[in-house]
Amino acid sequence: MNSVLYSNILRYVMLVGIQVLILNNIDFLGYINPYVYILFIILFPIKNTRVLFLLFSFLMGLTIDIFSDSGGIHAAACVTIAYARPIFLKFCFGTIYEYQTIKFDNVDFGSKLLYISLLTVTHHLILFSLEIFNISKVILTLQKTLFSSIFTIILCVLITVIFSRRTK
Amino acid sequence: MQQIINFIIRNKTFLLFLLLFVISLIFTIQSHSYHKSKFINSANFLTGGVYNSVSNINRYFNLKSQNDILIEENRELKSVLYSHENKNDTSFIKQPSINKSYKFSSANILKNSYSSTKNVLLINKGWADSIKQDFGVISSKGLIGIIDNTSKGYATVISILNTTSKISAQLKKTNHFGTLTWNGNSPYEVQLIDIPKIAPVQVGDTIVTSGRSSIFPKGIPIGIISDFELDIAENYYEINIILFNDMTNLEHVYIIENIDISEINNLLNNRNNE
Repeated sequence: MNSVLYSNILRYVMLVGIQVLILNNIDFLGYINPYVYILFIILFPIKNTRVLFLLFSFLMGLTIDIFSDSGGIHAAACVTIAYARPIFLKFCFGTIYEYQTIKFDNVDFGSKLLYISLLTVTHHLILFSLEIFNISKVILTLQKTLFSSIFTIILCVLITVIFSRRTK
Repeated sequence: MQQIINFIIRNKTFLLFLLLFVISLIFTIQSHSYHKSKFINSANFLTGGVYNSVSNINRYFNLKSQNDILIEENRELKSVLYSHENKNDTSFIKQPSINKSYKFSSANILKNSYSSTKNVLLINKGWADSIKQDFGVISSKGLIGIIDNTSKGYATVISILNTTSKISAQLKKTNHFGTLTWNGNSPYEVQLIDIPKIAPVQVGDTIVTSGRSSIFPKGIPIGIISDFELDIAENYYEINIILFNDMTNLEHVYIIENIDISEINNLLNNRNNE
């Protein structure tokens, strides 16, 4: 239990640091930034209670918001995907999730990619709708969502592959 | 009563989700209205400290380009100074009167942002340096924004690249004035609206601040007109402006304090009360 706690705290600090100091300054093609900090929500242990998970996700989003002066958009998007995560888990992993024996290092690549993509696209859609906050600019919202999602998904998959501890 | 408590316990996850979501929505909506984002801003001890230490390192990588900008500014100031001296002595009498109503101080940008639609910058001066809300911020080349929140050592600046920012600006050659806004598309272009149809607008004209808002003095350069068209009602121009400032590369900025602002505000409030 303690090692899980410490590894999550470490992950929290590392992801906030990387996101705020490096990734927010990429501005690829002028506006495309990856939001890799949602890995915290993607990889959060499943066995924990959902109330705690929601609170931690909110805290994560709020930290990013304070650093990037963006009101509450990251917090809102994070809380939403944290609440919706069990649905996505059930959809992507099926029975493994039902028996609570899921380990992200050991699931097959296809369903992991699907899971990460679904969470990322949902998160980015809420994020950019709230950031732009304008129905007449729906094209800009979708455009930002699409390009940033591609960037985020690639980075998230790469990070999970590089840092996975595969035990067979 | 029993049923209500049961309902709350059964749906506690959903209710917590709803609560947190509403809280973040409130923060979001606050940040969309001007000067309301009091709690969630980067002008505090922790975030300011982090950005400050990183900016101390980053500054070395920009030394060359920032030095070029400062040298360019020095050259312009020198040329103004010496050309005035040669013309006549009355210009020296004019000079102090400008300094009297506006006080300038310098600061460094710690966090720059230009890719979102609500861009906010962070500078390394706060209320300990007597920086307050609604002070103007400019660079050597032109307008940057207005101070929003201040903490002891840091302050946030609402950039002109922020869709909530509205600054009064005018044509340099005539006194027709309008409002400077941003449509969120390009960090190199801003828009000027509400310029009356009668104004002689031409591509290449210079746009400067109008001095009507009592935040900026009159005549701070903003940019040049790249194209313009009449709005739907055909009464006002909508003008695209290319900024003099490169908002993506900022470091040394100046903060403008209008010393007479309390007097001006008192006067305006008195009129409103009557």
